[in-house]
Amino acid sequence: MLSRVAENIYWLARYLERAEDTARLINVTSNLLLDFPRTTRLDWDSLVVISGAEEIFDEHYDTRSADNVLNFLCVDQHYPGSIISSLDAARENLRTTRDILPREIWEELNTLYLDMHRQAENGITSRKRDAIMKRVIRSCQTINGVIEGSLSHTQVHTFLMLGRNLERGDMTTRIIDVRSANLLPRNTDDLTPFEGLQWMSVLKSLTGYQMYRQQVRLRVKGPDVLRFLLQDEYFPRSVASCLGQLSYELEDLPGHDEAQALVDKTLSLLINANLVSLAYEPDSLHDFVDELQISFNELHQAIAEQYFSGAYRSQSQSSAA
Amino acid sequence: MSKIQWSEYACDGFYDELLARPGEPHPAASMLCDYLSELGGRELAELKNAAEVAIQVMGITFTVYSEGSMIDRAWPFDIVPRIIPLDEWQKTEAGLKQRVQALNLFIDDLYHDQRIIKDKILPAEVLAQSVNFRKQCVGINPPNNIWAHICGSDIVRDKDGTLYVLEDNLRVPSGVSYMLENRNVTKRILPELFQTGRIQPVDDYTGQLYDMLVSMSPRPGDDPQVVVMTPGIYNSAYFEHSYLAQQMGVELVEGTDLVVDDDDVVHMLTVDGLKRVDVIYRRVDDLFLDPEVFNPESALGVPGLMRAWRNGKVALVNAPGAGVADDKVVYAFVPEIIRYYLSEEPLLANVPSYLCMRDDDRKYVLDNLDKLVVKPANESGGYGMLVGPHATKKERAAFAELIKANPRNYMAQPTLNLSTTPTLIEDRLEPRHVDLRPFILSGKNSTEVTTGGLTRVALNKGSLVVNSSQGGGSKDTWIVDLK
Repeated sequence: MLSRVAENIYWLARYLERAEDTARLINVTSNLLLDFPRTTRLDWDSLVVISGAEEIFDEHYDTRSADNVLNFLCVDQHYPGSIISSLDAARENLRTTRDILPREIWEELNTLYLDMHRQAENGITSRKRDAIMKRVIRSCQTINGVIEGSLSHTQVHTFLMLGRNLERGDMTTRIIDVRSANLLPRNTDDLTPFEGLQWMSVLKSLTGYQMYRQQVRLRVKGPDVLRFLLQDEYFPRSVASCLGQLSYELEDLPGHDEAQALVDKTLSLLINANLVSLAYEPDSLHDFVDELQISFNELHQAIAEQYFSGAYRSQSQSSAA
Repeated sequence: MSKIQWSEYACDGFYDELLARPGEPHPAASMLCDYLSELGGRELAELKNAAEVAIQVMGITFTVYSEGSMIDRAWPFDIVPRIIPLDEWQKTEAGLKQRVQALNLFIDDLYHDQRIIKDKILPAEVLAQSVNFRKQCVGINPPNNIWAHICGSDIVRDKDGTLYVLEDNLRVPSGVSYMLENRNVTKRILPELFQTGRIQPVDDYTGQLYDMLVSMSPRPGDDPQVVVMTPGIYNSAYFEHSYLAQQMGVELVEGTDLVVDDDDVVHMLTVDGLKRVDVIYRRVDDLFLDPEVFNPESALGVPGLMRAWRNGKVALVNAPGAGVADDKVVYAFVPEIIRYYLSEEPLLANVPSYLCMRDDDRKYVLDNLDKLVVKPANESGGYGMLVGPHATKKERAAFAELIKANPRNYMAQPTLNLSTTPTLIEDRLEPRHVDLRPFILSGKNSTEVTTGGLTRVALNKGSLVVNSSQGGGSKDTWIVDLK
């Protein structure tokens, strides 16, 4: 398989997953906001902050109001991480590879893309927010279903899975980060009545509430939720499960040693985490999430070096040495 | 809705491909005309609709790039096939093979001894001013001495029924995928007519193309790696590049997928590492192939590709420089070229051509601009042309100055009365002008011609413009065996 095609396929999967997970991130924030009293410092601003997009946001908007943030994250093409930008990028990557993927993927993505551009023209309001986010999530799930049901398990499939799981693991850490981003008063007494609610909405945004309840029969508590989202082997959106998938897919590819070592390193980071302190100390949770995101980035670099255009450069270097 | 009345079909004044005169089909077309005359406007509309659905489902598109965005348009297709009897086609086929064989000898000669110039058949100034002559190709011996492996020649028919070759496309001719897909669509909508067994099949092309490409490999003993090289998705023929790669089961690569190593071997970058490439069916123009040798700005090409080709490490199809014979002025010499290299009389007619570089011809052209079509030597796609009978006095005067300033760059031909063929317009069949582009493959051991070719039709009444971007469409082409 051509490196360029592998790279396109990989990015297609990443952008699709990013669109879906951004929709989930928006929903978790919205749900949290609805349940919290005015006295908390929780607001839409934090979504811009954890997306690392303050500069570009302030360039285009005056205030960090709910509608502004929604439009920025959903349909603003100035922001490369918005849902619409992710869909545009996914579609561009699919253009050159559509011949090797089931035709329905193109149709589904193209319809979603056109719908979102129509929404962009009308602007997104809080009232329409839920329906639009569900629409995005559902289309992405449909595409995953088509891949599951009709794509042979060749290298094309391998690179789709690599892209999807890397992005998904990374995005799960970002959704967890909502918890840490100064969303709540630091005083534990103020926090108690809302603690359960907050963790529950994080779970729900990852469609993990049901699965969590099946495994953890106690009332929802921070350390248990973190254990579930970070370390659970069976829940497909948990970070450990994404890493497990990455390792499984890498196994079939030649020259996977470096990438596999990075997966192992990240897994041991997860296993050794002190979940109790992470659950109650927003700052250390934020630092931990940062560390995980750096690991994901290293893993991406290793994959790109080995399988995409980087492969030739490193080979010619080693043959010259 | 009334049934089709061939007696009302107004084909007077031109040669029609299906009817000898109103109400009277040519023998090869009688089964089709009889079949269609059983249908009314509604049935025709249903067939047209079925064809459109098939085209959409099969994803047959061409790309129009305008105003910074890209549009995939459905391929414009007319359901009424164009028919050529087998015995006439066999003569045409022989003429095309002869033509391409001579052109390959001609190109090889130009890049070596230039005997044809020394023997004063071709004036040296024609070559000196050719923009498609590549000095970088002088002395190179491509595999089997073949330069134009794939040629798309445009053929038209005049009022008296004579077939003329209008031009030979030797650079990166396109359209063959549409020829194949037109047949697939027609089989779906007119299956009954194919059961007669008289319509010759076309689907062997991609197999022949693959065999030809393999026969060019510099490592014939091994399992040769063939690739199709495209400029990318923004190219108007990207559908075809992708289609041919898929049909042959080879990789579709872009310039960035290839690298040339220090031993001049070409590799493609794959997830399994470097993989050697032996034959490149390139759909990228000469000047963008290799930034080391040609346009240094080219991002479509591969640095070192010409080096690899020159040293026989890779085959490039068509060979760089083959376009030297794809020149409107060289065209006028093709009958002489055939006689010179093959010692045979040309089997297919050339359109009579006046070369403005010759004093007598130029005088005739300038005196008769209102009757002639004047073409620049090196443009394709109908650019920079003067169609005398349709031009204003002012336009003709301006063009006369262009000719005087650079006579070598212009040649003129009489306007031909292009043949017509019945075409579905709304719910009626009306005559529309057509041409034909067959494709000729030149391999190590054999020369093959497609069965028929791509028939292009000017859908606007009276128009002669068959380009799909300018209101042109296409049809299936049937070679019919009467025996």
